[in-house]
Amino acid sequence: MKLVRSHVLVGIDADSLLAGARQVEQDLIEAVADAGLTDEVRVLETGSLGLVGQGVVIAVYPDRIMYAGVTSNNVAEIVQEHLLKGRVVQRLAVSLPTVKPIRLGGIGLTHEQPRVVLQNCGRIDPESLNEAIAAGAYQGIAKVIEESLSPQDVVQIVSDSGLRGRGGAGFPTGKKWSFTASGPEKYVVCNADEGEPGTFKDRLILEGDPHRLIEGMILAGYAIGAHHGIVYIRGEYALSIERMQNAIHQAYDQGLLGEHILDSAISFSISITKGAGAYVCGEETALIESSEGKRGFPRLKPPFPGAVGLHGKPTVVNNVETLANVAPIVAHGAKWFHTLGTKTCPGTKVYTILGHVATPGLIETEMGTTLREIIYKYGGGMRGGKRFKAALIGGAAGAFVAEDGLDIPMDFDSLREYAAVLGSGAILVLEEGTSIVELLRGILHFFRHESCGQCAPCRVGTQRLVEFIDRISLGRGTSDDLDLLVDVAAIMRDTSFCPLGQSPILPIESALRDFGTEFRARIRTTTEQTA
Amino acid sequence: MQRLLERYPPAREHLLEMLHDLQDQNPQHYLSDDAMAAVASYLGLTLSDVKGTASFYSMFSFAPRGRHIIRICASPPCQLLGATTIQAKLREKLHVAVGETTADGAFTLETTSCLGVCGVAPAMMIDDEVYGNLTPERIEVIIDKMRREDEAS
Repeated sequence: MKLVRSHVLVGIDADSLLAGARQVEQDLIEAVADAGLTDEVRVLETGSLGLVGQGVVIAVYPDRIMYAGVTSNNVAEIVQEHLLKGRVVQRLAVSLPTVKPIRLGGIGLTHEQPRVVLQNCGRIDPESLNEAIAAGAYQGIAKVIEESLSPQDVVQIVSDSGLRGRGGAGFPTGKKWSFTASGPEKYVVCNADEGEPGTFKDRLILEGDPHRLIEGMILAGYAIGAHHGIVYIRGEYALSIERMQNAIHQAYDQGLLGEHILDSAISFSISITKGAGAYVCGEETALIESSEGKRGFPRLKPPFPGAVGLHGKPTVVNNVETLANVAPIVAHGAKWFHTLGTKTCPGTKVYTILGHVATPGLIETEMGTTLREIIYKYGGGMRGGKRFKAALIGGAAGAFVAEDGLDIPMDFDSLREYAAVLGSGAILVLEEGTSIVELLRGILHFFRHESCGQCAPCRVGTQRLVEFIDRISLGRGTSDDLDLLVDVAAIMRDTSFCPLGQSPILPIESALRDFGTEFRARIRTTTEQTA
Repeated sequence: MQRLLERYPPAREHLLEMLHDLQDQNPQHYLSDDAMAAVASYLGLTLSDVKGTASFYSMFSFAPRGRHIIRICASPPCQLLGATTIQAKLREKLHVAVGETTADGAFTLETTSCLGVCGVAPAMMIDDEVYGNLTPERIEVIIDKMRREDEAS
């Protein structure tokens, strides 16, 4: 590979494609050639650079400068000024407010982040196996082969690392693997059915570093004794499916998938299953049913998938982010993983920060980082300098956290003490003036739509919750409606078949705990007065 | 149709893929009874089983749809940033309710759960394209432009 002086990385993801990233990339390549810099500057594609909603984003290395909101009109100037003369186009920030140079490692989303999962996202070309390998991909597998680690050794490393499932529940991954029943045929399933409203971290991992996921799946397969894996990806995620398919082909071509991986005794194959629009399929047993070509009805547990899973065989289902942690843990060891995060929740967590923050986007920080730090350090603070009101953490199946919760460390255990959950890692930030009643109404409508209808508590309960909240929202509710909201949701929590019906209590209780007055203000008369 | 099905082994685990492919190749973007009957016979399932499975998933349609399918996000993050206004604008502009197709067969208006592009909320998808940072004014521009392009082709 020829050495060049500068690299210009164009972030290609669903957001930036929409803003014309491919055209900008093409224009950059031409402008670099026109300036006679072809031998000195290389223009490359990478995954998301972490900024979302800001159009086409490019990064210039080694200068560590980022431009957001780049259009074809700015390309010539960036090439002429920055790449040719070495002058950062600061001036554009004034004359063209959409183009803002941001120095990486400064403030906001580009603040130095301890990246494990997103280590290569936004730095490598996700369509190039060579770049992934140069950035450390497949070193975990290499270590297993070189040091002749047994499957039990791999399970032990992951157990010792303290890695907990990043899909929401936080169950120890090593334990999940060790619970897998014995048998000649087993499966590894990667849950990429990311449907929790406000969550798109898995999409950006799939789009930005698919080989990391493949390696994680091979290692999981080796650990539990499975030879086949499937990646179940949401049908709406067209680019994720394309990039993952491409990465799988490359891995087969280079002997990183298939029989005798790297001439070892390890064999593993991976295929992709495309979802068709059903939130409940994010639940692991519903996902298994759907993968078998059936309605995505959750199964009764036990038996757990570790005993009876896909096609009735022992199966491990892990979230994308969980599997993306596996290769670095195996490569660097359990001790290294414990240098990050908290004692009971080691490692990092990937979040999507959204809503009324200055810079919405994707970040990765150590477990145990406070919500305040996430919003004010990485999210750039509140949009327009407004006052913080609340954050909805974990999507629809999450909980509201008010101002008094800003300093809670974000990890599975600390949030549970506050009756909140880490969930999918979606952080929807709300400014003063936002109606919690209306937001909760949206959430309850969402649950009604997504209830699969298999069990009565959820099928009927989600409908009732909508009726109560609609009455309250329209000013026709009574205090009975408020009580029923909690009572019905509590019954659903206790009696529903799967986490979908068990979840509405979380947003309802937390909303009423901190913003009960807002709900009561909508109730014009009490039951007694009506009677 | 048969050739499309035979790209897959006749196993039920490929049912969703087959349904996706059949719907994609239908010019009216839906699963006809004929298509589902063909799948049923290929997989040795009953038609009701195939239909029952397909109807579970919101990406499949059983009635003909317009040339373009507009799917406006109905999830809380988009709602927070104005999706309700955008949906009302679309209904007014197209003279349809959610789930209906315009009289000229050009557009079908649907809602969707989170598209995962919340950074540009409120967002919608038209066919395979995502549109973000929507305003009522942008809706005018986008729909008018698509109508002009359709007439030109």
